[in-house]
Amino acid sequence: MEGEPISTPKPVHVPKTIDPVRKRALEKISELSGENVWECMQCGTCSAVCPMVESMGFTTRQGIHYLQFGMVEKVIDARIGEYCASCHSCQVRCPRGIEVPKVFEAVRLLTLRQNEDFIKLNELADETIVGAPQIAMVSAFRKLTA
Amino acid sequence: MKIAYYPGCTMKTKAANLELAAVEALNVLGVEFTELERWNCCGAVFSLAEDDLIHHVAPVRNLIRAQQEGCETVVTICSQCYNTLARANLLVRGDEEKLDTINRFMDEEPDYDGGIEVVHYLTLLRDQVGWDALKEKVVQPLDGLKVAPFYGCTLLRPDEVSIDPLNEGILEDFLCALGAEVVPFSAATECCGSYQMLAHPEEGMQRAAKVIGSANRAGAEALVLSCPLCEYNLGSRQPEVVAMGEDLEEVPTLYFTQLLGIALGLESDLCRLDLAGRAARDLLTEKNFVAAATV
Repeated sequence: MEGEPISTPKPVHVPKTIDPVRKRALEKISELSGENVWECMQCGTCSAVCPMVESMGFTTRQGIHYLQFGMVEKVIDARIGEYCASCHSCQVRCPRGIEVPKVFEAVRLLTLRQNEDFIKLNELADETIVGAPQIAMVSAFRKLTA
Repeated sequence: MKIAYYPGCTMKTKAANLELAAVEALNVLGVEFTELERWNCCGAVFSLAEDDLIHHVAPVRNLIRAQQEGCETVVTICSQCYNTLARANLLVRGDEEKLDTINRFMDEEPDYDGGIEVVHYLTLLRDQVGWDALKEKVVQPLDGLKVAPFYGCTLLRPDEVSIDPLNEGILEDFLCALGAEVVPFSAATECCGSYQMLAHPEEGMQRAAKVIGSANRAGAEALVLSCPLCEYNLGSRQPEVVAMGEDLEEVPTLYFTQLLGIALGLESDLCRLDLAGRAARDLLTEKNFVAAATV
């Protein structure tokens, strides 16, 4: 069943004291995601429900906190965007209504748009290529390659 | 209401066991539909970036095909196709500028007018047939079969495309109509590992292990799935997953449509139990739902 149309992007808040380079990074995340990370109140619900959080360098809550100050490189290094499975568990539980998967897709795209891949076809096992359904291959390459 | 059926790539290849019984069941249940004559891959995942319109072209093109055939509704069986088509539909309905850009990009196609409704197969069964009518058509009730219904992510999230927004238990109601005993389990709506099974297999299998462990603890005899990617992670890769966990036991996996086919008494070659695991076939013969010779 389909619901209401998706709302328009929220205005971004940029702290006045932020370093200009980080300010641009924060604005880029906002532009790509349509989300305002300053809406986050750091409750940690997203981290509690994230199925991949144990594999990330730090939690999604911490990731959003770094992004609030434009520290994108920290979040890239923690591989949050790379490990996000786009399950949307965080989004449906966020008390502030932040579409968290959009934020980490934006982080992921900053790497992918430098023409760097997170998965390489020639490194997949033969049995994976033969056995995996098309939607597994297409979704993995859509999300994790440039 | 003219209904178009959108199959998607996996249904026509590796998930024939999800498709065939479902299509025949609609005929048995008296639901009129036509399979789209032309369709393309939906893209498998919905693109989340604000500036990434190109990846919405594929799902919107499918909606144009349904519009061209004079349909008002598109029904899908694959969970990921449902999620991708439904979200792309909502996106362009809610954003005239993006719809206009996509329409102009596909200038060889008629413009999409946003008039198509995208529904999942379970929603169609509930709203067009109804659980009571379905129950009346059951010739082989699945009495005594303890099943754990697994929704995964894409049938339920995000909220605007959830097939069960009020958490009423649409998959549970469906299975009860077939006569099965539904076993609640805590991982029913969790992620199975998704496409991360390809990129990060170890982490993907840890996710799958949590789902299988939850089904084990609930006493499920079978895990019921609706998505070919879930089936790959929880079914095809299950021997590897079970081997990595100390307390895990194998649990047979079946698509919800295979159980529908069995309950409606469809020909066994439509249920494609040959594509299910040995454990699933043994379970069904042990319960006398299918003859051993047919599997």
